[in-house]
Amino acid sequence: MMRIENLTAQYQTITGPVVSVKDVNFQIKDDEIFGIAGESGCGKSTLLKVLYDVTRYPLEIKSGRVVLDYTDRTGKQRSLQSGEISKAWWDAISYVPQAAMSVLNPVYRIDEQFYELFRRHRAGEGEKVMRERVVQYLNELDLPVDVLKAYPHELSGGMRQRVVIAMATFLQPGMIFADEPTTALDVVVQKSILMMLMELQSRMKNTLVIVSHDMGVHYQITKRMGIMYSGSLVELGPTDDIFANPLHPYTQMLIGALPKVGDRTTREGISGGPPSLRNPPPGCRFAPRCKKARPECTQSVPEFVEVAPGRFAACHLLNR
Amino acid sequence: MRLTKFILSRLLAWFLTILVGITVVFFLQRMMPADPVEGMITKMTSMGTTLSPEEIENMRATLARQYGLEGSLFEQYLDTLKRLAHFDFGLSMTNYPTTVASMIAQALPYTLCLLLVTTILSWIIGNAIGLLAGFKKEKWYSKLMETISMCIYPIPYFMVALVIMILMAYVKRWFPLVPSFGEFAFSWEWLSKVIYNSFMPALSLMLVGTGWWIISMKALSSNVAEEEYVNYGRLKGLTEATIGYRYVFRNSILSQVTALALHIGGVFGGSLMCEITFSYPGVGQLINSAIYNSDYNLLTGVIFISIFAVATATLLIDLIYPLIDPRIRNS
Amino acid sequence: MNTGYKASFRQIWRSMSLRFKIGLCIVIAFIIIGFVVYLFSPGEVMTLSAYKKNQAPSWEHILGTNKQGQDIFWLLIESIHNSMMIGIVVAAAATAIGVFIGLLSGFVGGAVDRVIMFLCDSIIVIPSLPILILMGSMLKGRASLMMIAGILIIFNWPWPARQARSMALTIREREFINTARFSGENLFKIVCVEILPHVLSWSMANFVNTILVAIGSEASLAVLGLSSTTTPTLGNMIYWARQYQAIMLKQWIWIGSPVLATAVLFIGLFLTYTGYNEYVAKKRGR
Repeated sequence: MMRIENLTAQYQTITGPVVSVKDVNFQIKDDEIFGIAGESGCGKSTLLKVLYDVTRYPLEIKSGRVVLDYTDRTGKQRSLQSGEISKAWWDAISYVPQAAMSVLNPVYRIDEQFYELFRRHRAGEGEKVMRERVVQYLNELDLPVDVLKAYPHELSGGMRQRVVIAMATFLQPGMIFADEPTTALDVVVQKSILMMLMELQSRMKNTLVIVSHDMGVHYQITKRMGIMYSGSLVELGPTDDIFANPLHPYTQMLIGALPKVGDRTTREGISGGPPSLRNPPPGCRFAPRCKKARPECTQSVPEFVEVAPGRFAACHLLNR
Repeated sequence: MRLTKFILSRLLAWFLTILVGITVVFFLQRMMPADPVEGMITKMTSMGTTLSPEEIENMRATLARQYGLEGSLFEQYLDTLKRLAHFDFGLSMTNYPTTVASMIAQALPYTLCLLLVTTILSWIIGNAIGLLAGFKKEKWYSKLMETISMCIYPIPYFMVALVIMILMAYVKRWFPLVPSFGEFAFSWEWLSKVIYNSFMPALSLMLVGTGWWIISMKALSSNVAEEEYVNYGRLKGLTEATIGYRYVFRNSILSQVTALALHIGGVFGGSLMCEITFSYPGVGQLINSAIYNSDYNLLTGVIFISIFAVATATLLIDLIYPLIDPRIRNS
Repeated sequence: MNTGYKASFRQIWRSMSLRFKIGLCIVIAFIIIGFVVYLFSPGEVMTLSAYKKNQAPSWEHILGTNKQGQDIFWLLIESIHNSMMIGIVVAAAATAIGVFIGLLSGFVGGAVDRVIMFLCDSIIVIPSLPILILMGSMLKGRASLMMIAGILIIFNWPWPARQARSMALTIREREFINTARFSGENLFKIVCVEILPHVLSWSMANFVNTILVAIGSEASLAVLGLSSTTTPTLGNMIYWARQYQAIMLKQWIWIGSPVLATAVLFIGLFLTYTGYNEYVAKKRGR
């Protein structure tokens, strides 16, 4: 389980700090597929970096913390905070980066790249065990064993993406982060990647955190999701409920823009763009684009509260 | 099948490069407004040798044959090719009647040893330092190393050589101004003498060479260090040493091998200048005496050997390259 | 208007790396020395015994005089002028010829392209110095600087040609060129607007680098006494200093000043070259 408590993170720039994640509070439970949605530039990739504990300069945590609770391989309960989470990398928590098809080392065969993970995180289990495990694991995932002897440039984009996902899950971590796992792939491959992720999750019973700007992806595979706008969460809840009854006007706008089968009315596009993080508008940051905005919306920041069991949102219209 | 095709195409390129080189030299030589035969005769008469018109005529014919200047331009060209194919460069005017081929055969090992040792050493040292400087580019020692290289590399070889000679052989008398290598003997004593006497030329070649490899490797590896896959290596939790070697080094060293092939020609020229400056008994020294004695056969022979050696070195690097680049080897 | 220009100049200056600034300052200083200070030269600097021999530096002779009775300061200025002239002439001609042939080769393609590129590769691989030495020694005494420049151009056009060709190829492949061509856009306009700026910025860098190579090659020849022995250049000055045993006579200024000048000029050119490349890469990255 991962707890995110009052997290605020910022980038140091020449002209001063830019807050990119602001007062974020939520939990990611065990054994679920959790989604984070939002337009590009809303801070979701930055949030993911902080969760995965890659806060290197110029990115830094200004306040709050991230706590990872997990059971290690010996069965012991452990709890790590931001700054220590990297100790559990690949054992308890792993990462599928954005543009995953270009992250493989071009001069080594795929098997070598599995081995280097194994040697680093499972030192002392022997080379023979390692080789057998890799082959066995690929078989489990229905990936052709031939790819092990191939160099990255010999594989298709979709296959490389699958290999990277296989690597992320190879050591059976309890939590896997995937940043835009289907972006830059064609539709058919997208579908099969999503199927692969779902299958993996249902077999391993681990937690999958998916960051995507594509609401369709969230609708298809996530159980719970959060929607980010301008660095903060504006809504969080079970995916089905959110799609059936979006509470926040921004969520309503995102879902309203989705095409539906058999619907012939023209879709309402999303007007305007997200505000700049450097000079955010006062009050609710969505207010300038919100059709339902009232005077108080531009004056005070709405709190992120539980408006119904399991459903959170940050909007003045909801707390009356 | 693909391998044979690759080797054959490289061999063809090697052959054609040499051919282009010879052709360029041949025609440039013929285009010069200077006649080596007349030059030689003027030189001999000006030195006080009195010759009768008959003797001069005789001499003219002999020299023309010696220099391959008989017949039409095309015949001369074919004749030159034929002779060079047999490594026949004629007789040397400096050490008449020694053949140019035997003089080169004596000098070439010195040049090749000097070149081979300094090139390999500076390539290894330069790439090691450059890798560190590119991988850890924020560190002060990286910046210092790069600055030093940038202040040495652009200076021409002969100037570095001159400064080293003034400092180490003249101001401080650590090394002899004129080296003496003595007769070849298969002994430790002779070898240490050779190393002692070739220290200064080797040092000047290495300073400039190492500087270049540091600069280019630093540029390459700092680019590679920004690549997505290096970042991913870090996210995999790999150690910095692993990332430095398996990610940054392995991905930037390949271009450095190709760069070596492109650089051999320039390094060869530099070594000639160093040899001349330090009176090192290699091919450069032959060039020096050939210039002094207007010995065109010797000069042409040395140039042919230079072209041949550089083209062959390039061929070898080209042939080795697929062995170290897994991407090419596999496909 | 004037202030706006000043501001943009300051902006450009500020966005340059320290390395680029130092290099540029050195090069500009040399241009001033070689082309402005040069105008005040008394002329005939090679004349032997024009002054008293072996004088120490004084107000009259800033760097003193040498064993041949020449004023070292004006000899050096004249040498810098001539060396820079040869560098600029060779670099301009070689870059222009190379870029032109390269672009042509890239756009024409086919067998012409293959032959030209093979020729380039061969000339790049062939060691140029021994050939230059052969030419120089055949012309001994009669070589004019322009003739040396001509030979240097032969060895320096292939590299820009190769680079320009690969630029032409990548540009030719790009979609927008085809789109522009099919939509009836003037081909000349496409070349000017889309291709030229890219090629020009690269040519500029190559120009600076070739100045360095050309001055270096001429100096190597001159040190061997194979360039023009009657025209003072940096290499030629070193040649005469060595011929008259300046090292043995401890005439350090005579031999040291051209060595130092060459070293500083080359470092300046190299810093400008790498600094400019970085600057362009950074600008393009934005």
